[in-house]
Amino acid sequence: MEGFTPVLSTIGGVLIGFAAIALLYFNGRIAGISGIMGGVLRPQKSDTLWRAVFLAGLVTGAALILLLHPAAMDLRFDVSDSTIILGGFLVGIGTRIGTGCTSGHGVCGVGRLAPRSLIASAVFVGFAIATATLVRHVWEGF
Amino acid sequence: MLGYLVVFLSGTLFAIGLGVSGMTLPQKVIGFLDLGGDWDPSLILVMVGSAGVYLLFYRWIKQRSSPLFDTEFHIPARSDIDQRLLVGAGLFGIGWGLVGLCPGPAMTALVSGHPEALIFFTAMVTGMYAHRTVEQFAENRTPTGSMSDG
Repeated sequence: MEGFTPVLSTIGGVLIGFAAIALLYFNGRIAGISGIMGGVLRPQKSDTLWRAVFLAGLVTGAALILLLHPAAMDLRFDVSDSTIILGGFLVGIGTRIGTGCTSGHGVCGVGRLAPRSLIASAVFVGFAIATATLVRHVWEGF
Repeated sequence: MLGYLVVFLSGTLFAIGLGVSGMTLPQKVIGFLDLGGDWDPSLILVMVGSAGVYLLFYRWIKQRSSPLFDTEFHIPARSDIDQRLLVGAGLFGIGWGLVGLCPGPAMTALVSGHPEALIFFTAMVTGMYAHRTVEQFAENRTPTGSMSDG
């Protein structure tokens, strides 16, 4: 799984797009993972079940990947556990403050040409590129 | 009931798309985000493929008055660019760039059994709870409900 994978990444992207657009067409919902998770953590009547079902589907899909294509589950981390904790916390609080992540803003929002999502996506991709590059080449030992 | 089946299958297909594209792997995401290494542009094609499909079908779906299994579409109506959006996206970007996991892959990673995946997921949920706690505190402090964005 090293290096550029143009065919598989395009096919995978198209599958993600179909998964997200199906949720809109059939259920009228935005496939934003952080929003769906946030809704489960803050349960409201009649709005929690579909979120839990979607997340159960996501985990089931992950189990299928592990069975059929285990190379895609061979995760490697190149940072310390404390950096992983900091990163996880920032992803959690940031996606809630900014009301979306790579799926909600990046796929569904950009796919609707929504101004908030276009701006948010540019900001998080920009900050992610800057951070990933800086901590791996300038502030080493993070 | 059929509606919930579609929701479930959408989640499953979403995860399979992540796996096929390689986006379940933090090292592949970092391969794109880290400009100083052996750069891997795969993530661009994932974004183009997924947003492209959405763009193509959204134009057609938005002409419908309602989705198949619900009475209305639940689409965000806001279009203002406020400080929260920018600060939140910035914080998310920093966390994503540090580790290489965003919320979807953080969830699929749990199945991999890697201890780091569980550490990341726990920290992420803690961050989501922290936001919720601060919001509730702010709501209680301002009974009129007029929260300032500043």
